[in-house]
Amino acid sequence: MLLSLAQSALPIAIGGIEKRFGGVSVLHDLGLDVAAGEFLTLLGPSGSGKTTLLMILAGFVRANAGSIKVGGEEIITMPPHKRNIGMVFQNYALFPHMNVFHNIAFPLKQRRVSATETAERVERALDLVQLKGLGERRVDQLSGGQRQRVALARAIVFEPRIVLMDEPLSALDKSLREHMQIELRNLHRRLGMTTVYVTHDQREAITMSDRIAVMNAGRIEQIDQPEVLYAKPQTKFVAGFIGESNFVPVECRNGSVWYEDRKLRMTTAAPSAGRHLMVVRPEKLRLINGEQSGDVNALPATVGDVIYQGDSFVCYATLRDGRQVTLRDYCRSDVLAKLPGPGEPITLGIDAQDVVLVADQ
Amino acid sequence: MSIVSASLDHAGRPDRALNADALAADARRESRGLLALLSPGLFLVFAVIIVPIGWLFWLSLFDETGQLSAANYARFFEQASYIKTFVTTFKVAFIVTGACVLFGYPLAYMLSQLPRRAASICLIFVILPFWTSVLVRTYAWLVILQRKGLVNSWLIDLGVIGQPLPLANNFSGVVIGMTHIMLPFLVLPLYASMKTIDVDCLRAGMNLGASPAATFRQIFFPLSLPGLASGVVIVFVLCLGFFVTPALMGGGKVIMWAMRMEQTTSLYSNWGAGAALGVVLLGFTLALLGLFQWLLGARATGVWSQR
Repeated sequence: MLLSLAQSALPIAIGGIEKRFGGVSVLHDLGLDVAAGEFLTLLGPSGSGKTTLLMILAGFVRANAGSIKVGGEEIITMPPHKRNIGMVFQNYALFPHMNVFHNIAFPLKQRRVSATETAERVERALDLVQLKGLGERRVDQLSGGQRQRVALARAIVFEPRIVLMDEPLSALDKSLREHMQIELRNLHRRLGMTTVYVTHDQREAITMSDRIAVMNAGRIEQIDQPEVLYAKPQTKFVAGFIGESNFVPVECRNGSVWYEDRKLRMTTAAPSAGRHLMVVRPEKLRLINGEQSGDVNALPATVGDVIYQGDSFVCYATLRDGRQVTLRDYCRSDVLAKLPGPGEPITLGIDAQDVVLVADQ
Repeated sequence: MSIVSASLDHAGRPDRALNADALAADARRESRGLLALLSPGLFLVFAVIIVPIGWLFWLSLFDETGQLSAANYARFFEQASYIKTFVTTFKVAFIVTGACVLFGYPLAYMLSQLPRRAASICLIFVILPFWTSVLVRTYAWLVILQRKGLVNSWLIDLGVIGQPLPLANNFSGVVIGMTHIMLPFLVLPLYASMKTIDVDCLRAGMNLGASPAATFRQIFFPLSLPGLASGVVIVFVLCLGFFVTPALMGGGKVIMWAMRMEQTTSLYSNWGAGAALGVVLLGFTLALLGLFQWLLGARATGVWSQR
């Protein structure tokens, strides 16, 4: 086995990171723990501070305050070349004056690895990223996907304790990107290196990560496993950023939650009194006939438009308060047969267990 | 072609491909149009480059009596003074180019690392001498470097030296003056190429374990070489044909090729010999450019990867 990263993988403990550019604060008291061998994704819109955090981890940007401990050792003031952290850059940053072999051998050369061992390790790294035999190629003779693989091989060939990736797939076309997502995830499973991955693509984050930290305006909004993040968003931002959401205003009084004059059935405890938002995912809504008992909440609405999309259809509906919601369902024949037309009154149902409330900011 | 004709051959007879003649005529018309657009430029190149150089070459083949002869070229091998001029010219060009690299590389590096605003202000100071006449700048150097000039009087006043240093009217004066004039020609292309070096490449170097010095040596410097090479070529070629500064700063002791030409034509009115000098200089310059092109071409195709 080339890289025995699993044994050498180290946890990262980030605490109290502050970063200001000029007078503008971009990271506020940011803390984050990454377990040894974990694949953690920093997900957020541009300007949320995710890349800045990655640059601070790699040592290219100096924080104003804070601590980064890798396996218990403080590295916040350590220069980048001593950190032993592999990084895959957004534009790959391959050295254009070196061929593939010398690019991958570069970190080994800096560590004074012998020529024979270098050749062996580069060969195995090339094999690992499925570029066997391309060592003599020039960088400009490679396709985007191949460059991506070379960058990856270069970042792991010296068995770093941590691997950082800064939107490494953003320059690839869609099908290649999806293919590389799976490949990166498999590689991570084989090698078990602690990985911090930055992306603004929520689908990519959900596909690849053990956990996702959703960042917004220099703070971590929520950090959870993808399925928890999707099913139980804790803030309006997370609910809106991950997946599609409609927000329906509800009110909590006397220990129960009300949508207009209807008491909501839900499986979680009611939150504090006051106004909240119910997160309504398009696929959690369904068409129901009239009032239903049991654990379903009924929302009367009027159909605005129905759009057929082949495997599924999307129904845009307007609630009684004028709010737009979206329903998506698969085109099963029983559903298609009862599909309403524009302007028809319908009743939308959402199961009690699917009711998620977030604070209305 | 065959697909088109096959699919359109409705009647089943061996017909001409659809619109083939019209398309071919259109292509010819386009070529003629392009040629017409190019003709002013081509005429200019012919009139001001090809014709004069051909004339120069033609002139160099006749001796003073108007007889066809190779005497003008034979003279270069027979007279030691020509060989000495030739050696001096190349010596000056080499030393000035070397001095420009020595001063220009750190300058271009600093400019490339400065923030955008500061860099553009500093660049003005690099370009400013460009807008000043070479003659004015050369005289300014004479004032500074002569026996009782600024440098010598300061050094004597400070007690560093007892006798004035021979800085002007000799070889060192020529080198100092020419280095000053040539520096921007090296700095500008070098700066431009340094600006194109991806910051992430340098970050990657450090991330992969190279110290800042090692990153400079292994990544920044090799990537700046194409810009350095083009600057060196420009400076070297300009030096070979330079006239004003060596004529004024050399004090008659440093004779360069261009000065020889001037003497031959205006002093002795020997147009044939002057033309031969021009042809030889042109030949050497072209050969040098070809050599650089060949070296650089090899680099550009990646042969310069570390072996």
